[in-house]
Amino acid sequence: MNGLQVRGLKKHFILGGGFLGGKTSRVRAVENMSFDVPEGASVGLVGESGCGKSTVSRAVLRLVEPDEGTVTFNGTDVRAASPAQMRKLRQKMQFIFQDPYSSLNTRRTIRQTLEEPLKVHRMGSPAERRERVEAILPEVGLPQEALDRYPHEFSGGQRQRIGIARALVLEPELVVADEPVSALDVSVQAQILRLLDDLRQRRTLSFLFVSHDLGVIRHFCDVTCVMYLGHLIEYGPTEEILDDPAHPYTMLLRESSPVPDPTSRIANAKMTGEIPSPANPPTGCPFHTRCPRATPECKEVMPKMKEIAPGRQVACHLY
Amino acid sequence: MTAMPAPPPARKQSALLATLNRNRLSWVGIGMLAVIFAVAIFAPLLSPHDPLQQNILHRLEPPSAEFWLGTDSYGRDVLSRLFHGARISLTIGFLAVLVAMIVGSTLGVLAGYIGGIFDQVVMGIVDVMLSFPTLLLGLMVAAMLGASLENLIIAIAITETAPFVRVARAPTIAMKRQDFVEAGRALGFSPGRIMGVHILPNILSDIVVVASLWMASAIRTEASLSFIGLGVSPPTPTWGGMIREGFENILSAWWLVVFPSLAILLTVLALNILGDALRDAIDPKLRGEE
Repeated sequence: MNGLQVRGLKKHFILGGGFLGGKTSRVRAVENMSFDVPEGASVGLVGESGCGKSTVSRAVLRLVEPDEGTVTFNGTDVRAASPAQMRKLRQKMQFIFQDPYSSLNTRRTIRQTLEEPLKVHRMGSPAERRERVEAILPEVGLPQEALDRYPHEFSGGQRQRIGIARALVLEPELVVADEPVSALDVSVQAQILRLLDDLRQRRTLSFLFVSHDLGVIRHFCDVTCVMYLGHLIEYGPTEEILDDPAHPYTMLLRESSPVPDPTSRIANAKMTGEIPSPANPPTGCPFHTRCPRATPECKEVMPKMKEIAPGRQVACHLY
Repeated sequence: MTAMPAPPPARKQSALLATLNRNRLSWVGIGMLAVIFAVAIFAPLLSPHDPLQQNILHRLEPPSAEFWLGTDSYGRDVLSRLFHGARISLTIGFLAVLVAMIVGSTLGVLAGYIGGIFDQVVMGIVDVMLSFPTLLLGLMVAAMLGASLENLIIAIAITETAPFVRVARAPTIAMKRQDFVEAGRALGFSPGRIMGVHILPNILSDIVVVASLWMASAIRTEASLSFIGLGVSPPTPTWGGMIREGFENILSAWWLVVFPSLAILLTVLALNILGDALRDAIDPKLRGEE
């Protein structure tokens, strides 16, 4: 089976402790996440800051090692892959970073940055590599003169284009993008999104797209996963989820995101309270502390994912 | 679609020069070092006499037109011995620091990058080594290995490895959290490539600054070890050894002790000035607007 399948992914971070065994705390960053990214699809991952969406995106590529669960890509078990298999897999799965400033090594020219992955994976002769690097620049909208310059000579948007070129130079099938536009100016965001859209169509890429911006998700993703405190709470086609959210959290998320037309703003959209700490999560449904429709059952029992319509799942006792 | 930016801003190199220029003293340090190195390199040409040539007729002569800095108890020319001693002192200082820098930074980068148990073991050993006074540790190692040029270099290198481990480890941990290192992992780069090609060049300036400061310390340690007789064996001239020989006649022949001491003082001072200037130049907090 092609594409990416994630089943029961779990990642806890242990904080504190040390040599003499101080107090430790367990941060439950990701709990039991399951989702698919079919070949050629783009799947969005939304949620508040600190809900674990970045950890999911990194765990999928083993940039952080998951504690439990399976990640399968094109039929290969990613977590069980040997270092040699992993190198092969990395060619096919690439990552785009949020911060275009820290994601480039300031001491290497753009040419070195783009050629290095090809060298490491022993792809092509030096001449072919040069050709490939030169061919990818116009594709991401950068001029040829950019090649022999250093990252500090570029703006944030241009640097993000370089980061995208670096991810694409190995011709991956899956691109995991962790908030690729949230560090950029709004006008530049649109350009980068359009570029990603173009590339997706031209190269038939699959995307796992992490964002907290529902507008960006609506524009870019076919399917959306909503996360809250490390849990997947709603899953389904983007349009349906954003137009007709089922989970109370998704409703609040949608209502609290800006709407272009002020008259259609919903009057009483507000989220009360802070997101609980993942080091000390509430019992039962993680959202019950802030949920306007919480029942006594919600405090006790963690709801399971239920199918409420074809292709739509939600984890809530109301359904 | 995207216009290229205006001509690139000033490169890092010239920013470094600008900071060095702002601090005039740094050029004094660089100038002094240049002279000392030149003297060491051209010692055979500059020396007016053979540094090993004994002359019973001219024992313990004060500075004169023929012997500018006087002669020692064997009638050897102090100036010539001073020039040749510079070779030994600088060789030992440079090589010991080079060895300590290579071993120490390698261990530091590995400890910082790998982390976990390896990091704890390495840093535990480093803390133990740092808790010994440099001179005491050097003394122990030199006494164990015996006195020779190579052993002196090894002894001093061992005493100075620990600071380099610390200096390399901290920025490595900071670099490890940078996205470009994670990008390297996502692209399938080996840990060796990430450490050698991506982390090391970014932390090298920190290490070089520390190297210049510790080279001063190495020269001091060499002089101290020579003074207590654990240095290069006589009659090879070394600054520390010259002070020791002159010590017996310190009341009647002051020049035997004063001139080698001055040589050590000036060399150490020059290296410290340079080290401080370099540190200021790469410290963004002291660099002013950036």
